Amino acid sequence: MSLHIKLHLDYQDFDLDLDLQLPGRGVTALYGHSGSGKTTCLRCIAGLEKAGRGRIQINDEVWQDSRQRLFVPPHKRSLGYVFQEASLFAHLSVQANLEFGLRRIPKAQRRVDMAQATELLGIGHLLQRHPQHLSGGERQRIGIARALLTSPRLLLMDEPLAALDSKRKGEILPYLERLHDELDIPVLYVSHSQDEVARLADYIVLLSAGRALASGPIGQTLARLDLPLALGDDAGVVVEGRVSHYDPSYQLLTLQLPDSPLQVRVTHGPLAQGKALRFKIQARDVSLSLQAGERSSILNRLPVTVREEIPADNAAHVLVRLDAAGTPLLARITRYSRDQLDLHPGQQLWAQIKAVAVLA
Amino acid sequence: MSLSSADFSAIWLTLKLASLTTLILLVVGTPIALWLSRTRSWLRGPVGAVVALPLVLPPTVIGFYLLLALGPNGFFGQLTQSLGLGTLTFSFSGLVLGSVIYSMPFVVQPLQNAFSAIGSRPLEVAATLRAGPWDSFFTVILPLARPGFITASILGFAHTVGEFGVVLMIGGNIPDKTRVVSVQIYDHVEAMEYAQAHWLAGAMLAFSFLVLLALYSSRKTKAGWS
Repeated sequence: MSLHIKLHLDYQDFDLDLDLQLPGRGVTALYGHSGSGKTTCLRCIAGLEKAGRGRIQINDEVWQDSRQRLFVPPHKRSLGYVFQEASLFAHLSVQANLEFGLRRIPKAQRRVDMAQATELLGIGHLLQRHPQHLSGGERQRIGIARALLTSPRLLLMDEPLAALDSKRKGEILPYLERLHDELDIPVLYVSHSQDEVARLADYIVLLSAGRALASGPIGQTLARLDLPLALGDDAGVVVEGRVSHYDPSYQLLTLQLPDSPLQVRVTHGPLAQGKALRFKIQARDVSLSLQAGERSSILNRLPVTVREEIPADNAAHVLVRLDAAGTPLLARITRYSRDQLDLHPGQQLWAQIKAVAVLA
Repeated sequence: MSLSSADFSAIWLTLKLASLTTLILLVVGTPIALWLSRTRSWLRGPVGAVVALPLVLPPTVIGFYLLLALGPNGFFGQLTQSLGLGTLTFSFSGLVLGSVIYSMPFVVQPLQNAFSAIGSRPLEVAATLRAGPWDSFFTVILPLARPGFITASILGFAHTVGEFGVVLMIGGNIPDKTRVVSVQIYDHVEAMEYAQAHWLAGAMLAFSFLVLLALYSSRKTKAGWS
């Protein structure tokens, strides 16, 4: 199960040169600023644009191989595409929009049915409506359901939330998370929002000027200091943990770090024990100390090892990459503190975590 | 005093000519308009200009060239003669051909505008939902361009009804074959039969007004894309 995407494309003012080997399951984010080539890449995979040279293989299906002059037209590729604007057919009702793709899939190949799609995206009550009379968020949910109903082998999403205000975004994100949890369809998700990527993606490809700067699992990649991701005020890491237990009297949730005995605590509503949970720890919320045992209001203290440090976005700070029993963490501290602590790689000390944000 | 049987025959011939012309133009004009709205070829300008020529040329100029081309020594004339069809000048078929050329921009341009307004996104969406090119044409483009087709049909039909110069040049004035209403009015006036000319001219005026009224009243709402 894997996606192999090799694209070479020359435009007058832009060129794309990619050779990506991506996991065939879960959500892979194509992340980058506008103009980095992420949408073009997605359109080439869909066949809406034709890269001069390239090879696109989705699991065992080859969609393009320019060496063999093979180019499968988009309508013969088993994919679902969600555009930035929902792009519903204005001449059709919501129901007819949903059925447009479904009707064109042979019955034997249907793995997602109408009841499942409408339930998953919460659009059952909208079926008889007309696209003109829907909100932006409702339209986008229908666009997603419409794409799912073709039972695609690959779902391509081109900034599906970018055209929505933050309230509508918050309205759709939970549905996207359910998609991720309940359907076994690999998703390529184009985005320039670190928040969305942190919440949804398992794997990330960082694009810049038509090249892939880096790619890898989300937790490790966000913690890499050699990437521009780490710069800026919102640098941080995403950790995939599990609920260890919940203390109702203090309303504290204890989370287990992956493959380690370490735990963090966060104020939160009750959640079932063992539930997989994703949370973000921002570099600016992590401070370092040489001693463990002071009494303090800080909830979380983890033993960590210093791995490396780089200058932060301004001269007064440095970014430090830490290792907490296998889980990477970032700390953003002042250069003054760095010198006071005499920080060096391999050093063992304590990370104090001021805030943990539960993402999903 | 009212319409004579010759008048009715002219009206019938006019309606027949306009219906046939509109039908042919919808079939021929749709692919041309679709191509003009989508292509990036350098031929787009020249083809667009040729289609629009009848808008600016005097009908006599079009009629003159058609007369030459369709006549015994013209390119089309030789072709039709070699096929055993004789020449198309001064025949109903010749009138249809002339009308198709003369009314072409009135059908192609509204269609082209409608297709351009739809843009390429609906077709991309349709393709990602497994609809091939022909499938998308019938299930997406045609329904979305419906207002454009209505406008094109009305304008093509009405403009053919109002044709005079081209008819006179290539069709002449043969009862039941090429004598359409506009020519019949001309005949009445030449013969000083003003009363009869009034009836026909009045009917044309009323028809044209009603057609345009229908057209402009229906333009209140336009199907959009969301």
